[in-house]
Amino acid sequence: MRYKRITLLCGHYGSGKTNIAVNMAFDLKNSHKNVAIADLDIVNPYFRTKDSAEEFSKRDIRLICSEYAGSNVDIPALPAEMYALTDDKSMMCVIDVGGDDRGALALGRLAPKILEEKDYEMLLVVNRFRPLTCDAASTVEVMREIESAAGIRFTGIVNNSNLGEETTAQDILDSLSYADKVSAACGLPVFLTTVNEKLYNSLEGKVENLFPLKLQDKIK
Amino acid sequence: MADKVLMKGNEAIAEAAIIAGCRHYFGYPITPQTEIAAYMAKRMPKIGGCFLQAESEIAAINMVYGVASTGLRVMTSSSSPGISLKGEGLSYLAGADLPSLIINVQRGGPGLGGIQPSQSDYFQATKGAAHGDFHMIVLAPSSVQEMADLTVKGFELADKYRMTSMVLADGTMGQMMEPVSLDYDIKPMPEKPWATTGTKMERFHNITNSLSLVPEELEQLNFARYEKYKTIEEEEAMFEEYMMEDAEICIAAFGIAARVAKNAIVEARKQGIKVGMIRPITLWPFPKKPFEAAAEKCKQFISVELSMGQMIEDVKLATGCKAPVTLCNRAGGMIPSPQQVLESIKEAANGGAK
Repeated sequence: MRYKRITLLCGHYGSGKTNIAVNMAFDLKNSHKNVAIADLDIVNPYFRTKDSAEEFSKRDIRLICSEYAGSNVDIPALPAEMYALTDDKSMMCVIDVGGDDRGALALGRLAPKILEEKDYEMLLVVNRFRPLTCDAASTVEVMREIESAAGIRFTGIVNNSNLGEETTAQDILDSLSYADKVSAACGLPVFLTTVNEKLYNSLEGKVENLFPLKLQDKIK
Repeated sequence: MADKVLMKGNEAIAEAAIIAGCRHYFGYPITPQTEIAAYMAKRMPKIGGCFLQAESEIAAINMVYGVASTGLRVMTSSSSPGISLKGEGLSYLAGADLPSLIINVQRGGPGLGGIQPSQSDYFQATKGAAHGDFHMIVLAPSSVQEMADLTVKGFELADKYRMTSMVLADGTMGQMMEPVSLDYDIKPMPEKPWATTGTKMERFHNITNSLSLVPEELEQLNFARYEKYKTIEEEEAMFEEYMMEDAEICIAAFGIAARVAKNAIVEARKQGIKVGMIRPITLWPFPKKPFEAAAEKCKQFISVELSMGQMIEDVKLATGCKAPVTLCNRAGGMIPSPQQVLESIKEAANGGAK
């Protein structure tokens, strides 16, 4: 996959942003030396990018996140280090943005510089099995809310439709028409379709731009 | 919507409440249940409902009192410290015999505690939510599906008995995501001739009130309420039995603890230990009958809890001390591991703690 310097992952909370961001950072590291992942979540104190801190350290991926992330201190704080994302242009970055428009507010601080540099991909993570993004109209509504909070327009869609452990290959195939409808409604391409790595083999060749996900450990 | 949807436990509660006809939600945000309020904030305005973020938990529970007085389905939600704040309102709802649904997604305590899951509000929910003689119906979900199912059930029971139902969940149940089916056949609400819906000058006005200054009358109200509670204890206790047919050791566990215990039971069975579980689904009324029956054949009981041991007292009462009851627990936001439960089972199998 060809990456822009900054890849932003936004979406409804629980859409799968963090797992995708983590996997993208791993993937980026295969082709780039200087890779960073940033956790911009100011909404949810659970299920954070930081949960994979050990994996990042092993792979020499720079993790930029609040020191309170994962500490049970429920404080919506961001570190000053996040300015490195726009200041250090030699770094390839994946940014995991918090859920919904509320989470995307934090992005507003970085938006002017990201727009100025013009080397970013902003992806909307969608799951048709989540009730508030179950059809194209409701998904585009979430999309517009996030855009107005973030101050940046989306450039593509990540179809992460899944039912957790119950997901079948057929569920993914069935979700393609939903992703196409979202795409038609907003005029943006389906950038990726993501699947649990366990389903990857059964779908390879049947789905365009298929991206396997290794899920983060939930409990340490 | 697809047949099955992927939801967080907190969202499942919110959507199920809407399906059950709840159009009024009042709350104040607190981790780990904030998604209930966030979901209601998105959905209520689209369906002509009312979402209102109150200035405090105390305000929210009193808004619940107001809507409940009109006979409409109404809900508030919070987590442990917030439920303590709502205590006064819960007592007033009981004193005025008003139906409502309260959600408690528990976190570790006491005090401000932490934001990790806990079951240490068992006493509060089942025995002493606030002052005065009263009970709430307490429902304990063990999956995201049950978060939704018991929300619907909670509204139905609240209306049926004119009292408060509480869904007593915990942080894991609130935060975990599982596929759920939200296909319900919602029965019409019972008639509520007591509701303050306007007299249209055709009847005497209704009053919802918990003030009663004549002790003889107040005693009669308490007697009547406890007659109702007796019926509920006889008719509404819910539980699940798991591998109890030939069990010699019986685990008692609800909510997330029951899921952990199930894994331990499967492992113990592989090692030839005859162990089963009774999972209370209603914590009040406590399902005494299955425990009474189990006490006739089981040589030991183990109460698995995310607290310092609260439900264990009801297990001891229900089993009449016919067999020892031991505690397998973690507290303060920690969850017992299947391994820890397995060790307790093995100890019991080897003659165990007395």
